[in-house]
Amino acid sequence: MRPFDYTRAASAADAVRDYRPGTMYLGGGTNLVDLMRLGVARPDRLVDVSRLPLDAIQEVRGRLRVGAAVRNTDLAAHPLVRARYPMLARAVLAGASGQIRNMATVAGNLLQRTRCPYFQDVSRPCNKRRPGSGCPAIEGDHTNLAVLGHSGACVATHPSDMAVALAALDAEVHVTGPGGDRVVPMPGLHRLPGDAPERDTVLEPGDLITAVELPPPPPGASAYRKVRERASFAFALVSVAAVLDVGADGTVTGCRIALGGVAHAPWRAGRAERALIGGPATGAAFLAAAEAELEQAGPLPRNAYKVPLARNLIVRTLEELAP
Amino acid sequence: MDITLQVNGRPHTIDVDPRTSLLDLLRERLGLTGSKKGCDHGQCGSCTVLVDGRRANACLALAVAMDGRAVTTVEGLADGEELHPLQAAFIEHDAFQCGYCTPGQLCSAAGMLGEPGPSAVTGDLMADPALTPEEIRERMSGNLCRCGAYVNIVSAISEVAR
Amino acid sequence: MNRVEGHVKVTGLATYAAEYPIEGVVYAYPVQSLIARGRVARVDASDALAMPGVLAVLSVADPPELAEDADAELALFQRREVAYRGQLVAAAVAGTYDEARAAADAVRVEYEPADHDVSLRADHPGLYRPEVVNPNLPADTGQGDVEAGLAEAVTTVDVTYTTPVLHNNAMEPHASLALWDAEGRLLVYDSTQGATTDRDMIAKTLGLPPGRVRVVSRHVGGGFGSKGTTRPQAVLAALAARAVGRPVKVALTRQQMFDVTGYRTPTIQRLRLGADGEGRLTALEHVALSQSSTLKEFAEQTATPTRVMYAAPALRTAHRLVRLDVATPSWMRAPGDCPGMYALESAMDELACAAGIDPIELRVRNEPEVDPDTGLPFSSRNLVACLREGARRFGWDRRDPRPGVRREGEWLVGTGVAASTYPAKRRPCKAVARVLDGGFLVQVAAADIGTGARTALTRIAAETLGVAPDRVHVEIGDSDLPDAPVAGGSMGTASWGSAVVRACEELKKDGREGRADTTEEIRQDSRLTRQAFGAQFAEVRVSSVTGEVRVPRLLGVFAAGRIVDAKLARSQLIGGMTMGLGMALMEETLTDEEFGGFLRRDLAQYHVPVCADVPDVEAVWLEEHDERLNPMGAKGIGEIGIVGTAAAIGNAVHHATGHRVRELPITPPKILMARF
Repeated sequence: MRPFDYTRAASAADAVRDYRPGTMYLGGGTNLVDLMRLGVARPDRLVDVSRLPLDAIQEVRGRLRVGAAVRNTDLAAHPLVRARYPMLARAVLAGASGQIRNMATVAGNLLQRTRCPYFQDVSRPCNKRRPGSGCPAIEGDHTNLAVLGHSGACVATHPSDMAVALAALDAEVHVTGPGGDRVVPMPGLHRLPGDAPERDTVLEPGDLITAVELPPPPPGASAYRKVRERASFAFALVSVAAVLDVGADGTVTGCRIALGGVAHAPWRAGRAERALIGGPATGAAFLAAAEAELEQAGPLPRNAYKVPLARNLIVRTLEELAP
Repeated sequence: MDITLQVNGRPHTIDVDPRTSLLDLLRERLGLTGSKKGCDHGQCGSCTVLVDGRRANACLALAVAMDGRAVTTVEGLADGEELHPLQAAFIEHDAFQCGYCTPGQLCSAAGMLGEPGPSAVTGDLMADPALTPEEIRERMSGNLCRCGAYVNIVSAISEVAR
Repeated sequence: MNRVEGHVKVTGLATYAAEYPIEGVVYAYPVQSLIARGRVARVDASDALAMPGVLAVLSVADPPELAEDADAELALFQRREVAYRGQLVAAAVAGTYDEARAAADAVRVEYEPADHDVSLRADHPGLYRPEVVNPNLPADTGQGDVEAGLAEAVTTVDVTYTTPVLHNNAMEPHASLALWDAEGRLLVYDSTQGATTDRDMIAKTLGLPPGRVRVVSRHVGGGFGSKGTTRPQAVLAALAARAVGRPVKVALTRQQMFDVTGYRTPTIQRLRLGADGEGRLTALEHVALSQSSTLKEFAEQTATPTRVMYAAPALRTAHRLVRLDVATPSWMRAPGDCPGMYALESAMDELACAAGIDPIELRVRNEPEVDPDTGLPFSSRNLVACLREGARRFGWDRRDPRPGVRREGEWLVGTGVAASTYPAKRRPCKAVARVLDGGFLVQVAAADIGTGARTALTRIAAETLGVAPDRVHVEIGDSDLPDAPVAGGSMGTASWGSAVVRACEELKKDGREGRADTTEEIRQDSRLTRQAFGAQFAEVRVSSVTGEVRVPRLLGVFAAGRIVDAKLARSQLIGGMTMGLGMALMEETLTDEEFGGFLRRDLAQYHVPVCADVPDVEAVWLEEHDERLNPMGAKGIGEIGIVGTAAAIGNAVHHATGHRVRELPITPPKILMARF
């Protein structure tokens, strides 16, 4: 780790005012300190935002506002989250370990970086870490990497579970920055890699996430399911967040599906959703919808399994949600 | 940078390099080598300590960011000569072999016993579940044990959780 | 009994190698090769040396003095040639760990790379037959005519299994703390499985007489073979301490452990089996391919368990090795026997399925009278009893043999069985026992790497002396104590315990002190085949949606002579089985064909089982009286627990799904792509 300065911000406005190139904001540190020790992140200055008064969970006119510095544990344990957004609680609890969830913040969880083996190893090329150096994962180890929305420059996946649920819930990310305050919708915060994989999100330098706001929960039953070969404390091979609402006549009146572990961003399965709404809530319809979504997939030799896995997972999860 | 930290009830004021992790501060500066370094990336749990009563990976915490916090390490679990019930149960249930993950397991278990809310294996999200073996296994999965003492770790914790 | 060091381990007071409080200690951090083959052209340390706190940079630019016959993996900074990616090519020494690490990062090394070859494959032109395989066994054995046996068989199986690179991943990263005194004597606090052998190797590497080196390792955070040989961090600490005139600590990172602390070689194993109408083997052939480095020949004994397991009129085993641009493999828990028995016991299951015979019955029908390879009698052999007892406890008689027919919701359920075996040997050892302060002090340079050695030896000494264990104090983990072999090969307790018994017997005669050296006693051991045996049973659930495999139940039944301490034994056996579960379902290090070296070099990518993976593992044992082993009548149990587990789980996956995965680990992708 190279030497750096450390300061603690007094307010979000101070932190942003204090920003200059080379600065990084420190939240729980569970990914940033990890990446600094690997030499992947090399800030010359850390501004600690973990103690800003951004750690409240409040209900505001039927919406839930979650402060950026709320710890993952507290988010999942909050009565309103458990009662109204169980899919979100489930997604958070599916991630990492008890210790890490105690430390990790909501904003940090969103901004965590890919666990691609090449990205994490500074002695190997990686377009995300060193633009233009190449992507050895495409010919090498991409077993756990993307099958949707990837490019010739990068096949990384976003590792968060929480973000998948937020993408399905149409969450809004509140940002303050040198350019003022704004709201970024989920999905939409995370980019696809294209030819600029070094940019994970649409945030600009100096931007600071202050809160995540959840609209009222969509009607229907919801679930989060994560697949991994180790029973706990492992990143998803594929995960799904799903909400299904079925009318009295058996037709689908509402549907949200987001996938994790398949793309550079939480993947909102819009094609599948559109295929389902207004149609019957049957296994055949779920399968057709999943296949419509996954037609876009471009698996690599060693991660082709993710296509049938995502298909099975969508179908099974919807079947379990259907009345 | 000067920071003030309470460790096992004793205040310390220390000048630290901002790069120093809480774990290295404990092990290399304060001589508290009970907290172990197994991976230095939050992937094994050997370094688990309690920060203001909550379990955390000391390897991922920068010491400077811990200014003002109260830290409990394995050395601070016992009450004088009286072992913490978890420590006694670990000995009785043979819940360790090489002992290297043990301090982290103990601090993690101590923190886990006080952690509210559901886990990934809880059926009813609204209930605060009883600490069944299945719940303990999930909640303790951030602490690797390569000797494979898990079965005994769970029985030791179950005895204390009862 | 409870571990005698339990109290210090649960209070954080047990001191591991990197933890000795030494005044004035400084830190060394290695620089690793970025090429898999070639030469170091130039080392530029000027930036590093200008950094705060930096004391020295060691590299091939100025080779430190070492013995000319130093082990090739330990001869640090002697040659410009690079043999594998990750090899140590330089190191920075500085006042703090962070300073040393940052300085190492600033050392600029220029390379002249050459083409590399890092992949083991069945058609590799470089495959050859080594003279011997570890520890010193013939590479090939054979009797009878395998082709004729196969030709006359009613049922045949011809299958190939592969196992990946596996890493021991003990929880304590390898660490060494080296101090030179004014007289040029070296003290190394090292994480080692054997203080005596480590001392000898460090002395040999540095060109010192063994009497000038002392190794202390009172507590070791696991080893599983990876600390059984001296690793480069010990030599680096000694060289750096000599260079800067201060005590030096080297603690490898988890990532570095993947590169320089050894690993289990990958294997490709072809098994050909033939059986007559009654399921009796007519032929059994096991050919195992593995790899070594260009630095050293490490020839793992993969097919050797097949030499003792089953009676077959035609029985052939063979080993082939290829030298690649990789680090030298080393020991990992039950080297050879563990991957070899995975393949053999999977193939036996395939034969049972093909022949329509119950897999336990198949094994019983092929039980040999004597060692099939040597014709020697077994000192004791209770495999059949283990299988029968396990079947009773596991409820095997209720098993429906048809694969792929049990379903609970989306989960397919199956059960499997496999046999276990591991050699039960011992090595020469010395020990001293004396009366001290109304109690007894027993000294032997044994190592407790989590096995419970300190506790087991306490109990052995107390039983020999006829006193309560709390009157015996056992001192281990120091090369100044009587010479002892490593904790390895399931020989620790047998070897050290033999010496402790003899020393205590001498003490009883002498009244004050007893000394023992078991060299002569062991030389006179009768010629017998000595093996522990066991049977492992697994129940698995396989998701038909995701391909996830869960293991709700593992049972091991073992016959390992007299069990010295039930509590310790159970822990060690279930620990081995838990590691076997990891091998079956998740453990795998990838070789980077493009750049050389390994990928997934951390514990978030190299998955070992977590608590949630292991709901129910049980180990039991049979009473076995075997007077022809050692004075305790005990067989080692450090390794047999991992032997057979992966096969039992793989066989259960087949029983659950009807699909046979022959490449470990059995991950969701392999199940999904094949089955669903």
